[in-house]
Amino acid sequence: MDFGPHLLLAMLEGLVQASVLTLTALGLSLVFGVMRVVNVAHGEFFMLGAVLAWWITFLVGGPPALAFIVALLVAPLLVGTIAAAADWLVLRRIDYDPERTIVATIGLLYIIQQLTLMSYGPDARPVAPPFNTRLALPWFEFGSGGVQIYWPWGLSITSYKLFVIFAALLTGLALWAVMARSRLGLILRATQQDRETAQAFGVPVERVYALVFGLGAALAALGATLVVPIQQAHYLMGGDPLLLSFIVVIIGGLGSLRGTVVAAILIGMSDGIISVFFSPTLAKMLATLLVAMVLVFRPQGLFGSKPA
Amino acid sequence: MLELRNLDAGYGKVQVLRDLSLHARPGEILCLLGRNGAGKSTLMKSIMGLVRAQAGSIWLDGQRIDQLPAWQVPRLGIGYIPQGRRLFNEMTVAENLQIGLMARRKGADVRENVLNMFPRLRDRLNQRADTLSGGEQQMLATARALCLEPGVLLLDEPTEGLQPSMISLIRAAVVALRKQGVAIVLVEQRVEAVLQVADRVTFVENGQCVLTVTPSELHADESLLHRYVGV
Repeated sequence: MDFGPHLLLAMLEGLVQASVLTLTALGLSLVFGVMRVVNVAHGEFFMLGAVLAWWITFLVGGPPALAFIVALLVAPLLVGTIAAAADWLVLRRIDYDPERTIVATIGLLYIIQQLTLMSYGPDARPVAPPFNTRLALPWFEFGSGGVQIYWPWGLSITSYKLFVIFAALLTGLALWAVMARSRLGLILRATQQDRETAQAFGVPVERVYALVFGLGAALAALGATLVVPIQQAHYLMGGDPLLLSFIVVIIGGLGSLRGTVVAAILIGMSDGIISVFFSPTLAKMLATLLVAMVLVFRPQGLFGSKPA
Repeated sequence: MLELRNLDAGYGKVQVLRDLSLHARPGEILCLLGRNGAGKSTLMKSIMGLVRAQAGSIWLDGQRIDQLPAWQVPRLGIGYIPQGRRLFNEMTVAENLQIGLMARRKGADVRENVLNMFPRLRDRLNQRADTLSGGEQQMLATARALCLEPGVLLLDEPTEGLQPSMISLIRAAVVALRKQGVAIVLVEQRVEAVLQVADRVTFVENGQCVLTVTPSELHADESLLHRYVGV
């Protein structure tokens, strides 16, 4: 395949990765932004979403589309509920102390991972995509006879991957609408800006925290449910999303949802492109190098505000 | 009526308020005077449930409120204007007011009344709070608390850093609220401002209310100011 079509293919693969990464990193960013909690267990909520999606499709059976729709709705809801319960049982009791929450979420990470290993097993298991039509893509070339359209062999994307991009876009827009336009968003932003004053105006901060922790985990689980027909569900699959989400959140600016989206697209796309042309390891190395440079030259991230 | 009975409160193991008792009646302005660190702001936060009572009790119209979660206290009609205003700076004026309205599910009519009190805010509704001048920020902090239509209003140094015209405006608003029957607890460093509006003045020292006098009694014995406030 020529370089042009090859690049387009890599970009589309990168866009799929960026879409899933955007959802996962938005969850992490939301939790840090509102609660100031560094959730080390975030990758495990992602993994739990994928495993539950497998389980749900297995239990529902029937046509893959029906089973997948049920998984898409139920898996994030279940993971969100588990996360909210973890907030209530663990984080609330240590008063969201920054150091202790890191240790507590490391504990959560191992508990979720080992419980999954004990119940789900060590195997990687696929979920059937609800639809998977291969769509050939055209390429354009300028020749002596003007613009020529042709269909290079291998330049294609599946309808499911397009759906992943569309679903992530839709979820991102919905989250923006909730944060910017709704009463709930106003409460979340008030809590984020000044927890004590929010309480002095009737905001039940502890309930808000449980909701946000659940919502953050549900976003990760949604990303995982979307990706599990492309990858496979495995009990160790939470590591990469956690690392990439942290990279994205640091580059975008801690707690900045806008920065998170921009950085997720940047990292996801570059990860996809570099992985296709070179190797996934090089992609991760360059992303971590970028984080190091951001921390040195712009510690607040691309869209974060400087500490007072 | 707001009543504090033998209240102990503080931060962790540090006790700030000791066996403190006071009350504020509807339609009166109770001013708290005391040196820095005497416990005035902690007292306000204790009433709001932001600093938990370690002993003693707080009552509002016969209902004990010190055991309630902090977020339920404003819903009972206690408005709070914290020291330094503590606005939601990244939100607009309208959104700050909305937070106040949501606390007790008040509607557009209450917002109109509040904006009529501070018409300058009406022109700034879509402006971010941190872009307002100091005086406008204080108006917004006051307006936000009034959106609760409070029966009790706690003001912690509302005139701090304001120019005289703005101080007059805030003072006029406080006096108008007294006429409406609101019980007002005012922490203030400017003694002359206190004497102009207060019905009673309570001196706070080492976390205790040591003396309560009327403004005329204070005029008669200004050595009290020297003893308890250091002026």
